[in-house]
Amino acid sequence: MLRKRVIPCLDVRGGRLVKGINFESLRDCGDPVDAATRYAADGADEIVWLNIAAGEESWTALLRAVERAAETVDVPLCVGGGVSGADDGRELLLAGADKISVNTAPLDRPALIAELADRFGSQCVVVAIDAARRNGGWEAHADGGRRPTGRDAVAWAREAAGLGAGELLVTSIDSDGTHGGYDLELLRAICEVVRVPVIASGGAGRPADITAALETGASAALAASIFHDGTYPIHQVKREVAACGLPIRI
Amino acid sequence: MGVSGDPAVVAGAERLVLPGVGAAAPAMAALRDRGLDRALAASAAPLMGVCLGMQLLFRHSDEGDVDCLGLLDGNVIAIDWAERVPHMGWNDVVGDGMPAVCYFAHSFAVDCDERLVAARTTIDGREVPTVVRWGRLSGVQFHPEKSASDGRRMLERWLAA
Repeated sequence: MLRKRVIPCLDVRGGRLVKGINFESLRDCGDPVDAATRYAADGADEIVWLNIAAGEESWTALLRAVERAAETVDVPLCVGGGVSGADDGRELLLAGADKISVNTAPLDRPALIAELADRFGSQCVVVAIDAARRNGGWEAHADGGRRPTGRDAVAWAREAAGLGAGELLVTSIDSDGTHGGYDLELLRAICEVVRVPVIASGGAGRPADITAALETGASAALAASIFHDGTYPIHQVKREVAACGLPIRI
Repeated sequence: MGVSGDPAVVAGAERLVLPGVGAAAPAMAALRDRGLDRALAASAAPLMGVCLGMQLLFRHSDEGDVDCLGLLDGNVIAIDWAERVPHMGWNDVVGDGMPAVCYFAHSFAVDCDERLVAARTTIDGREVPTVVRWGRLSGVQFHPEKSASDGRRMLERWLAA
């Protein structure tokens, strides 16, 4: 049976692992390859790296880190942040990423999704959707959640899947960082209108939140701080999810 | 061990892996452009296709409606019966002498003669071949290199065989 996935997300800047209290105060937290290797050994089903830096120097450092990760991390690695065209995606895949995640670029130019899917196959194209509640629905945001686009997030999810996205990474801007649980209504709304796998993101505070997210129909749940802070090791989260009867790789 | 797109290197290799992240039609075009299709067919070395690489060993793929290497008898069909596509994540690989849970990421699957099939995986109620083997040729639909310890064991066994 296909297992539900639990995915730690790591912020990477200039090839280094960083954690932010907010965007202004980022702390260097070591080598993202070491962290990814540790998470894989602890049972992570996949790793997501989010490149939060702009600029060519930082991009090159990211590629070098992805190359090193491909040598030691024995679970899939998805890399996103700053992919603006198919050539960026190709560089990441050649460096050893298994999937590439795009967010802002396809909001400005949706055809990019089809280009990526035609060239690399849908299975490695993840479209990340940052959604905030608005007028009884959700609005898709660009630029790391800072720029409202006027697009309905659920309609955008359907469009992205139709263009060839192989997976949707759905982050609730409202829940992100609150530790109060995922936006389950958002997840249900999107899982209902697409046939591609959905990764839940934003709001995990405890293992029960992850179970609840996976029960909406989401195929995977992503979290950051609860893993990074060591509050809940991945193996413990997975055991608790399994105890609720969900299929999980232990 | 090395990565090469040179037919001469392929011809001299003791073991070959045809990896696969990509789509069938551009992948076949790239192989043909470099003469790698002929080099892979002419080699007598053990050849393992991984994911798309496994699919390319067969006759034809519905992904881009393209003729593939034709080294194995069978075709590649769309996974159109599943609740969610791509078939993405960790699933059981049943057969081939060991239980394993491996990582998959694919929207197409092989449809081939039973005699080629060494292990299978059930995707929403329908079994598909996920390990095939015939003479020097083998193929795995999952990614052993991304399947933690279960995948590592499988690769080690292939290298030792």
